Amino acid sequence: MDALSQLLQGFATAATPMNLVFAFAGVLLGTAIGVLPGIGPAMTVALLLPMTFGLDPTGSLIMFAGIYYGAMYGGSTTAILINAPGEASSVMTAIEGNLMARAGRAAQALATAAIGSFVAGTIATTLLVFTAPYIADIAIGIRPADYFAIMVLAFCAVTIMLGKSKVRGAAGLGIGLALGLIGLDPVTGQERMTYGVLELANGLDIVIIAVGLFAVGETLWVAAHLRRRPLDIIPVGRPWMSRDDWKRSWPAWIRGAFIGFPFGAIPAGGAELPTYLSYAAEKKLAKKPSMFGKGAIEGVAGPDSANNAAAAGVLVPLLTLGLPTSATAAVLLAGFQQFGIQPGPLLLDSEPELVWGLLASLFIANVLLVVLNLPLAPLWARLLRIPRHFLYAGILVFATLGVFSAGETFGLYVLLLLGLLGFAMRRFGIPLAPAIIGVILGPLAETQLRRALQLGDGDLSVLVTTPMSISIYTILILIVLATTLGGPIVRRIRRSKGTGHALVPEDKELAATAANTGTEDKAALDQVHQHR
Amino acid sequence: MMQAALQHIRGRAELGMALFLLLLGAVVTIDAAQLPSSFAQRGPVGPAAVPFVVGVGLILTAFLLAVEVLRGRTADPEEGEDIDLSTGSDWRTVFMVVGVFLANTVLMEPLGWPISGALLFWGCAFAFGARRHIRNAVIGLVISFGTYFLFELVLGLSLPGGVLGGVL
Repeated sequence: MDALSQLLQGFATAATPMNLVFAFAGVLLGTAIGVLPGIGPAMTVALLLPMTFGLDPTGSLIMFAGIYYGAMYGGSTTAILINAPGEASSVMTAIEGNLMARAGRAAQALATAAIGSFVAGTIATTLLVFTAPYIADIAIGIRPADYFAIMVLAFCAVTIMLGKSKVRGAAGLGIGLALGLIGLDPVTGQERMTYGVLELANGLDIVIIAVGLFAVGETLWVAAHLRRRPLDIIPVGRPWMSRDDWKRSWPAWIRGAFIGFPFGAIPAGGAELPTYLSYAAEKKLAKKPSMFGKGAIEGVAGPDSANNAAAAGVLVPLLTLGLPTSATAAVLLAGFQQFGIQPGPLLLDSEPELVWGLLASLFIANVLLVVLNLPLAPLWARLLRIPRHFLYAGILVFATLGVFSAGETFGLYVLLLLGLLGFAMRRFGIPLAPAIIGVILGPLAETQLRRALQLGDGDLSVLVTTPMSISIYTILILIVLATTLGGPIVRRIRRSKGTGHALVPEDKELAATAANTGTEDKAALDQVHQHR
Repeated sequence: MMQAALQHIRGRAELGMALFLLLLGAVVTIDAAQLPSSFAQRGPVGPAAVPFVVGVGLILTAFLLAVEVLRGRTADPEEGEDIDLSTGSDWRTVFMVVGVFLANTVLMEPLGWPISGALLFWGCAFAFGARRHIRNAVIGLVISFGTYFLFELVLGLSLPGGVLGGVL
């Protein structure tokens, strides 16, 4: 059967009343949560995981997918209205979006973000539907050595590309890998790092780790640094766009979708880089580039679409290889595992109803998002005013509930320790995403490594003799070289002003800065702000 | 002057993170070294190899981080919508939140979730500066009772009923 008829079957699964309710709940919850400060999609899914244990897997995963898409949109609402992007990937949306809002065009900025999410989300989901089966077919032939190479690439990408400091990225990954070691050795069944504690024999539940690092860590971090001054929130009217707004937005949406999707889909992606690239592209292609820095609608439409498309792209390696490339994807993978489902090349064959139902529900989630969010924008804006003491008390209550269902009282003590770890990581700028990915991918990578070496009968060279592993390690070396050597070169070019500048110098530097692991994101943003 | 002194202290504090990484790496490495070889082992790489790599990697990272900090390249604390980094850390609130959390962990089984959960909500809201105690307590009770019945009746998961166990 081809992808199209499979997808139609998927719609039959997704359109049952119960699953529609799940999708609706997911989208609504996801948007609300994306709008609320301090709560991201990874934390939300982690909090809800233990509560869905008794529910139907398809419905639960459909709900998680709705949360995932909804939270992306909610995040841009916050970015536009208070100029405080919750995650790195909405930084670019915040720049022009907040300028538009300050110029009294908040409604238009929200509208172009909402419709852009719909357009880019639909394009990217279509690409996902038609690429996933092919990648799964290729992936069936992937050997353990190749898997290990892909995972090494993912580890390196997550430490090098995320965050501002490679050492701190590596620290995050190391912490995650160490936490992932706790429990029984996957091959021999020997206990590692359990110290005879019975509760540790099965390893730390990913729910406890994710909720501890994200929810409890965030609550403690905010407790230490609560903003006492009220936030400056810009009021919104009903979003509608003029003919000119449409004309300037739609090419940006489509470009954003095609820039974002591939970056999400490769195991070295991440959602920030495509948003920088889309911003730079829109600025270069704009009819009136002078509008940038004064609230250009293209500067909202493009990066926001790229962000959404990248979010859909992340599902390609997750579903076809079982490989999470973002923190949220790692928690989603734990969601699959909770129901005894292992994503990978065989998933499409072993669970066709679930996968195609899930993919179809992504289209439904997109439609629900745009239908809900255009009229509800003023309501979401009001959510930003929720009293912080209730917000964080509520987070702590739900964190306790989720972890108690997963790990009883012992789990709660571990939760507090991990919360303190999450606090320290925030204080010392150690990124959380590598830690979560390390916890989830570490044991998988170890299993593949040992399987590969078993097959090779102890010969270490089996790791680097397949065409795929050779090309992956080559790419990896190139990335490492580019980021270690590229940084100083770019900085030198920037210092010697006036040399080697092309048409729009800031854009080049902006893109270069983004490629250069975002070490100087702030500098790039300041540059953009100076244009005001 | 003040700024410089503050920077200096922050830098020192981050050495604590390097120390933590060093200790974590040591724990992982020592644990790996103590693993007995097993008859169940197949292939050349046993259960200790990967922990060794992770442990040594952590120790290495700890040294690199310490060097980075001593060179003055200290971390930027994470920013956020509700975060104000212009003032120092408010340790009182942090300790209160930790205390409330621990109280709930201890009291959850004997008192039951409907009571301990409400205390958790009320206490955390108090720590964050809420002062309308009766209203907050009512909201806390609504949430704890609501979630208790949601878990028991809808989600099929059980929470401790505690002293109210026989009544509910």
